[in-house]
Amino acid sequence: MRIFDPHIHMTSRTTDDYERMAAAGVRAVVEPAFWLGQPRTSVDTFVDYFDSLIGWEPFRAGQFGVRHHATVALNPKEANDPRCRPVLDLLPRYLDKDGVVAVGEIGYDSMTPAEDAAFAGQLALAVAHDLPALVHTPHRDKARGVERTLAVVAESGIDHGRVLVDHLNEVTVKLVRDTRCWLGFSIYPETKMSPPRMVELLRTYGTERMLVNSAADWGRSDPLLTRATGEAMLLAGFTEDDVDRVLWRNPVEFYGQSGRLDLTDLEGAAATFAGNSILRGGE
Amino acid sequence: MTPDQLRAALRGVPDPQWLDAALRRVATDPAAIPRLFALAARRCGRGPLPDPPGWTVDEAARTLLLTGLPADHAATAEALYRHGDAAEKRAVLRALPLLPIGAECVPLLHDAIRTNDTRLVAAALGPYARHLEQPAWRHAVLKCVFTGVPLAVVDDLDGRADGELAAMLAALAAERHAAGRAMPADATALLDRLGDGSHPTTAREA
Ligand SMILES: [Zn+2]
Repeated sequence: MRIFDPHIHMTSRTTDDYERMAAAGVRAVVEPAFWLGQPRTSVDTFVDYFDSLIGWEPFRAGQFGVRHHATVALNPKEANDPRCRPVLDLLPRYLDKDGVVAVGEIGYDSMTPAEDAAFAGQLALAVAHDLPALVHTPHRDKARGVERTLAVVAESGIDHGRVLVDHLNEVTVKLVRDTRCWLGFSIYPETKMSPPRMVELLRTYGTERMLVNSAADWGRSDPLLTRATGEAMLLAGFTEDDVDRVLWRNPVEFYGQSGRLDLTDLEGAAATFAGNSILRGGE
Repeated sequence: MTPDQLRAALRGVPDPQWLDAALRRVATDPAAIPRLFALAARRCGRGPLPDPPGWTVDEAARTLLLTGLPADHAATAEALYRHGDAAEKRAVLRALPLLPIGAECVPLLHDAIRTNDTRLVAAALGPYARHLEQPAWRHAVLKCVFTGVPLAVVDDLDGRADGELAAMLAALAAERHAAGRAMPADATALLDRLGDGSHPTTAREA
């Protein structure tokens, strides 16, 4: 089972996690920039965080045979702090980097006017840099949050096929399934989504444009729940090919739209999607 | 190593026109270099060059962009390093000995040697490290041994290795021996060439 975790915050994880992930079949990850638990109070601390996402963390991952890419953005929560908002001016520099395969996580936390502005502005940056967008959906007031998210996405003019709407559940999946957006599901030990519930969703909605991630971070979470979901799929009668599509080919196809996914020389991941070629996208 | 040699080695990249155009651009519009520098690996590739050995395509292409600037090489190298991802930082370090600069960029070597990224530590010990003061150089060599970086990356190793380095290596060898762990073969060989460190030489003391 080859696994691509399309959303995991490795900065908050230990080398034990990398070892266990590699042993479980995780060959590649995307680490979205997000909130670190402790609110940040200046732009410089974001610089150091973004630099580690394109410097130290890929090196650390590489020591365990895991290929690391990142998404970069001002997250919705901190978009509300005027001290952090100038981070938006830094982003173009990072959006040119090889390891940055999308703008994200963007979207809503509390659906404030400041979040509206940061979300729309960063969708425009995604279009300008020819990058896909990873969109976080709020934990509270979720259904209305997803509706408003889809409205902003439509207004931005970004191709829906280049948008991944994440943290969906049984209620919100219906809203996104009718669009051409990709659908992300974060499998958590207790909240959000579990492997058996995920299998039911795949039965109902199929495997097309469906992505499964662990969203593991500094909170209670488990980087091996991608693997657990693959095993639950097999037990429920899905084929190896179905599992490969959800856990490998779909994330490769989504982030491959950046033209920057580099999965060359990855052990156990030979049959990669054609879109991962590094030679796409110009100035 | 000269820019002409790197240019010749890059004739076979998938998109040589892109590189030619980028080089013409930085010669007349130096402000364009940050974006071109970031893009170079995607447009030219990242694989190893058959010749010169030890260079990758992206390092060579980025080095050419830096050498192609009309002026301000040191300041631009520093900005590209500070704003670069790990591969861009590595390329800046590889480029330093080919730039018309003095010792102004030594702080970049200090930064690279402080990291735990072995690729950066290795790239900091090329020919430009002749500007690095001897104590920092010794510690960088010791760090290579400590982290498993082959000593072949160290420029002018035998010319510069001194008794003090031999003493440091001998102490590490003693620690390793006590812990039942092996020293890398290239470090043991260097120690043999230097003697046991009990007779510090001062030929290259800085
Ligand atoms: Zn997240």
